[in-house]
Amino acid sequence: MSEAAIAMADPLEVAARWISEGRQVALATVIETWGSAPRPAGSHLVIDGDGHFEGSVSGGCVEGAVIAEAIDVLQSGMPRLLEFGVADETAWRVGLSCGGRIAVFLEPVA
Amino acid sequence: MHPAILQQLQAERQARRAAVLVTDLATGLAELVRDADRAGHPLSEPLSKALQSGAPVNVEQEGRSLFLNPYLPPLRIVVIGAVHISQALAPMAALAGFSVEIIDPRTAFATPDRFSTVRLYPDWPEAVLQEEPLDRYCAVAALTHDPKIDDWPIEAALRAECFYVGALGSRKTHGKRLERLRSAGLTDDHLERIRAPIGLPIRASSPAEIAVAVLAEIIAAWRSPERAGAST
Repeated sequence: MSEAAIAMADPLEVAARWISEGRQVALATVIETWGSAPRPAGSHLVIDGDGHFEGSVSGGCVEGAVIAEAIDVLQSGMPRLLEFGVADETAWRVGLSCGGRIAVFLEPVA
Repeated sequence: MHPAILQQLQAERQARRAAVLVTDLATGLAELVRDADRAGHPLSEPLSKALQSGAPVNVEQEGRSLFLNPYLPPLRIVVIGAVHISQALAPMAALAGFSVEIIDPRTAFATPDRFSTVRLYPDWPEAVLQEEPLDRYCAVAALTHDPKIDDWPIEAALRAECFYVGALGSRKTHGKRLERLRSAGLTDDHLERIRAPIGLPIRASSPAEIAVAVLAEIIAAWRSPERAGAST
């Protein structure tokens, strides 16, 4: 097993590689957290035009929603600010079961 | 963010230089500020805060919402000694996100069979670390308890202000080590920074348990608000 194989992939490195391969790339970044949040501000998730992704912005709670939004962002070319929290009955669908709130900036790398 | 900015950022990270990405949250336009260029920058104060804490800063400036995300060089753990503890420490540290290298001039210890997952240098620390100098983003764990091998990298690590310097050995071994390092010109301030006995006190017994104690101590040193360079 190589070091690269056991080390956790670096999302920005993956983004740079995908761009060099001509893939469309969106970058999601946690910009603010309130209360208990699984990933700190500055954490990245990268998504390509086919929905492949690397990295994380939460503990797996909201990644699905961010990936779906990324497809829109890649089509429109405009960045978007997303907020997730546990405020209502949808918490178990898209939200943070830990009770925190996070803001995620989603942008095309283009 | 323009792909060229991402490329510049990756170049800074590969060169082990700290940088901050400043993003305008309304437009997505980004600027990369290198550590060396922050002094004269209009945002120098929040830029410094981000670089020192390692955590992002949100700034409101002239009606614009700016997100300042700092990127510090990847943390490096330099392990002196291709010993049993190192065999457990290397894969654990790599999983925790550290870049790991093992240095040991004793070729009977430093064999690829024993260390297949990390960079291994069957050479003297002096030779290896002159090629890849230590810096504030390095942790050094000296595990041979052989002065011929351990002393030079411990001294180099203290002078380079590595965020962690740990040394294996009994209190008696460490006492003699301190005498040697003092006569080599190191100050008490330097010597107090050596973690010995090495590792958090979790009653570790096996080599793998000691590796856990060492890795935890390295993480604690990095996250400590008193980390060297964290408050300067």
